[in-house]
Amino acid sequence: MDVFQIIGPVMIGPSSSHTAGAVRIGRVVHALLGVVPVRAALELHQSFARTCRGHGTDKALIAGLLGFSPDDQRIRDSLRLAAEQGLTWQFSEVDLKDAHPNSVRITAAGKEGEAVRLVACSIGGGRIQINEVDDLPVDFSGDYPTILLLHQDRLGLIAEITRILAGQQVNIANMQVFRSHRLGQVATFIEADQPIDAQVIKHISDLQGIDKAICLEPFRES
Amino acid sequence: MTKLDEYSLQNLADQASREGTPVWRQVILAQMNETGESETALRQKMAGRLRVMREAIEQGRSQPGRSHSGLSGGDALRHQQAARAGKLLGGTMQSTIVVYALAVAETNAQMGRIVAAPTAGAAGVIPAVLLAAAEQHGYSDDRLLEGLFTAAAVGAVIASRASLSGAEGGCQAECGSAAGMAAAALVEIAGGSPHQAIHACALAIKGHLGLVCDPVAGLVEVPCVKRNAFSAVQALTAADMALAGIESYIPPDEVLDAMRSIGRLMHPDLKETARGGLAATTTGRKAAEEMMREKLS
Repeated sequence: MDVFQIIGPVMIGPSSSHTAGAVRIGRVVHALLGVVPVRAALELHQSFARTCRGHGTDKALIAGLLGFSPDDQRIRDSLRLAAEQGLTWQFSEVDLKDAHPNSVRITAAGKEGEAVRLVACSIGGGRIQINEVDDLPVDFSGDYPTILLLHQDRLGLIAEITRILAGQQVNIANMQVFRSHRLGQVATFIEADQPIDAQVIKHISDLQGIDKAICLEPFRES
Repeated sequence: MTKLDEYSLQNLADQASREGTPVWRQVILAQMNETGESETALRQKMAGRLRVMREAIEQGRSQPGRSHSGLSGGDALRHQQAARAGKLLGGTMQSTIVVYALAVAETNAQMGRIVAAPTAGAAGVIPAVLLAAAEQHGYSDDRLLEGLFTAAAVGAVIASRASLSGAEGGCQAECGSAAGMAAAALVEIAGGSPHQAIHACALAIKGHLGLVCDPVAGLVEVPCVKRNAFSAVQALTAADMALAGIESYIPPDEVLDAMRSIGRLMHPDLKETARGGLAATTTGRKAAEEMMREKLS
């Protein structure tokens, strides 16, 4: 038991799944892009779409895109703040078939041409699951320090990546490798027990065949 | 090495009695063992949560406006004004608890900052009970923090033995659990025994059995905001009964088992799906339609 998960978390209301979870999803997009986007299309599925306004899911998602944390009191003003920062966005409804009722697909672009597409869901209690990144299936929670890699399907590359981590005393808690036959691209994500140094990410991203290397730090309460 | 039983209220109380300490002391020791944090660090972290609870009360009770949906807002202020004008009947402790619970729940609905304790939907219950008691009886913040540790342990047992979520157990699991946690906490703050604390929990939960989760338009406003107030007052009643030496005839763990089995028997339309009860009334449906008509852009 973690006492502070029962008396906690500190969050912006009204709903841990429709508000706090939504902020965390937006934050993952922000982290994957590395910047506040200039454009974002947010497609909401089922339950997320239905109670969007009342639960402030729209404000929460945009707040996450701005890099806010789930307990940031600016969340209720996020739409105004986003417009001031030059972000334009579009919300719409979508049918994501068998996806979790609280799912959203976000396509975002940065000023310098950075782009990412993500499908994620908010599963309750503020927990989230990232289900797709750039159309590749993944499955991580954002609760651990997470390394997300998009790379070519090169023999030995995975071993080189894990060797770097072992050398830096980073223990791997979870690791999955998803290969898309269509594109020949691979999505690998690694959930680690230790925070990941920026140098480690740089080292990995310099390996031959790595297209994108991003580290997502889990949200820590302020 | 202190480890807590997270599955039995009786074992929680027995362990504390055996060690000759309140439940909260065992909780602090167990958390220190688990995370390596010092007692000072743990108290400071909990103090941060107490601070957010206070701020949520202040924000809510000075706020006359309605929420985005228009379904809630301004009632904490209204109740406070009536109490101050001498119009109410329940006495200061009751009106303070009601004002505080409404205030936090209204703050939650208006995207203010709250502490989910155990959930956002029931976030008004524990702050109302503890902070109203502090105001009336002069308990220090340190005492309140200790109560919050008691509440956490009780919440952990409820989570593993029954449920803390409306989708699984209806409002019995959210406001009911919060009331059980608040009652146990208040008993320990007031100097009651671990045995009395778990009976207070059982009594509070007994008063909530069968309570449905039927939120209008699927939001956390009607009847959620006001239920926080009702639950908080029940928690006070349960704590007082326990301090008076009144016990739950059904042992506390069995009360949790009953809550769990009732949750299973509850129709899905009454478990946070907004399809039954108040959500399905004519007015409730109308509110839901209006929310849906609001176009996404």
